Amino acid sequence: MERRRSLPDVLAGGIFILIGGAFVAGALGYELGTPLRMGPGAFPLLVGLIVAGLGLAIVVKGLVAGEVIAFGPVPWRAVAVITVAVLFFGFTVRGLGFVPTSAVTALLTTLASTRVRPLMAVAVAAGLTAASTLIFVVGLQLRIPLVGPWLGF
Amino acid sequence: MELLDNLALGFSTALLVQNVLYCFVGVLLGTAVGVLPGIGPTATVAMLLPITFSFEPVTALIMLAGIYYGAQYGGSTTAILINLPGESSAAVTALDGHEMARQGRAGAALAAAAVGSFIAGTIATVALAVAAPPLARVALQFGPAEYFALVLLGLIVSIALARGTALKALAMIALGVLLGTVGQDIYTGTPRFVFDQRELYGGIDFVSVAVGMFGLAEILRNLENEQTRTAVIGRVKNLWPTREDRRRIVGPILRGTGLGAALGVLPGGGHVLASFTSYAVEKRISKRREEFGSGAIEGVAGPESANNAAAQTSFIPLLTLGLPAHPVMALMVGAFIVHGITPGPNVITDEPALFWGLIASMWIGNVLLVLLNLPLIGIWVRMLHIPYQVLFPMIILFASIGTYSLGFNAYDVYAIVFFGLLGYVLIKCGCEPAPLLLGFVLGPLLEENLRRALIISRGDASVFLTRPISAVLLALTVAALVVAVLPAIRRRREVVFTEEE
Repeated sequence: MERRRSLPDVLAGGIFILIGGAFVAGALGYELGTPLRMGPGAFPLLVGLIVAGLGLAIVVKGLVAGEVIAFGPVPWRAVAVITVAVLFFGFTVRGLGFVPTSAVTALLTTLASTRVRPLMAVAVAAGLTAASTLIFVVGLQLRIPLVGPWLGF
Repeated sequence: MELLDNLALGFSTALLVQNVLYCFVGVLLGTAVGVLPGIGPTATVAMLLPITFSFEPVTALIMLAGIYYGAQYGGSTTAILINLPGESSAAVTALDGHEMARQGRAGAALAAAAVGSFIAGTIATVALAVAAPPLARVALQFGPAEYFALVLLGLIVSIALARGTALKALAMIALGVLLGTVGQDIYTGTPRFVFDQRELYGGIDFVSVAVGMFGLAEILRNLENEQTRTAVIGRVKNLWPTREDRRRIVGPILRGTGLGAALGVLPGGGHVLASFTSYAVEKRISKRREEFGSGAIEGVAGPESANNAAAQTSFIPLLTLGLPAHPVMALMVGAFIVHGITPGPNVITDEPALFWGLIASMWIGNVLLVLLNLPLIGIWVRMLHIPYQVLFPMIILFASIGTYSLGFNAYDVYAIVFFGLLGYVLIKCGCEPAPLLLGFVLGPLLEENLRRALIISRGDASVFLTRPISAVLLALTVAALVVAVLPAIRRRREVVFTEEE
């Protein structure tokens, strides 16, 4: 297998260093305690250092003899649309209620595909909303109001 | 015979009407998600977990287990018919299975896979029933030091089996353990890394992690290059294998069962390793080596049996030690805990009906799977026509609803997005998501036992080396780490995985 400089390796290592480092910095703010009675900060500090250390090793290896991986295209539209759709669900399900939130989330999600036609998107969203209302609210007795207080109910 | 009494108890539990019904629902859903490429058992179990909270514990676990081994079964159908493995371990099946389908022998391939899986499932269920009680008895003597060593060993072994580089898998495990520390500290109650958000005090829910990493990230991967699925083979006929076929599959099925039952116990990707190893073995000992790759029935029967046997025996570490060997098992740990049962060696004595009922249900599930898969194959073939544009919004919506209903906490839903995007970037960089989830679930266990062991030993860290079982387990851990990292051995490991691709 061919080995050379690898951008994905450096990126992955960078993420590990970033998250590990953040936890280390946070853990220093908690009591570390003694080996006999370890404080809340000790274990995260230790593991955070390991994560950051492994991240550093991955970066170094990525610069010297990285794994040859094609990063490939990123479906930006899908990333953006799905992120918004799921956040929308979490943010509004209590206020708008189950049915409107599900309908909007489903409609938004269908737009993630570049091949979807408007009519099909509406049909899929309507079908999924009906199905999930039947399964979760009627079938499983989920305690979420069908229509929420924001809409005047 | 104690074993027979236990099995009788198990079957009397498993044959209750609601248990058979939900076992059927489980294997049905499992087959469906196994058949459909782009949605796996981990995401499915994560989505359905909240639904099972209202069930009896044994019913819930029977259904979740059914999804897991049902998916191993369904994956082979897609692999054979359209050369797309619905589940990672079915990748080997596609090699010869799809060749057979192209030669018009799809029926024989499907039958070999189904019969092999059934025999393997039956034998492995017995192996599980025989092996689990003695192991649980040993595990009862474990103290915190042993548990710490055991969890560490489990995590390290899981990377020795993972594909991709060991360094990245190691980092993913550590990252999972680290993310598991979010929330209140178990000993002092100090909230850690919660940014003053009360909703985070209970920690990040593992369902959010699983749905994000295995559901959302996978969907983004699939949307990278959208294309219509290749035409599906219209009809499957001649299901019954010929006399010649029957003679040729007996050996591979039995060897595959043995390999799978042994390798399935290993944490990480035991079932994937089992099917690859079985294929390699069958190819090596076959007199018709040149047929492999162009439609040898042994290359379907062996790996499929291995894969299904491994799916059954991977319940051994879960039921005896409380250690999950697969991301789905990690989710089942959560299911146990929600029902107030701590998975581990006590389950077998405290909840015998649940323990033996679950084991017996696996055999019933295997019978149901044969009935579902062979006569009804046409339905599964037709299901492959469902366009992805309908499927992925369904996964996203159901995942959001399911995760929210865990605790009516919007942060659990936001966490899906965080882990979905993190998982997507990391997967694109060549990191596997499974080690992270295992680390996330086992991390709190690791910390708790480390701290407890040190309190008991009055801060003396040598306790891990002076207690014999703990020392042996730690020595094995070091050995596993060396095996995983050492280049020479790793190259051989890569050969096992890439030889046939």
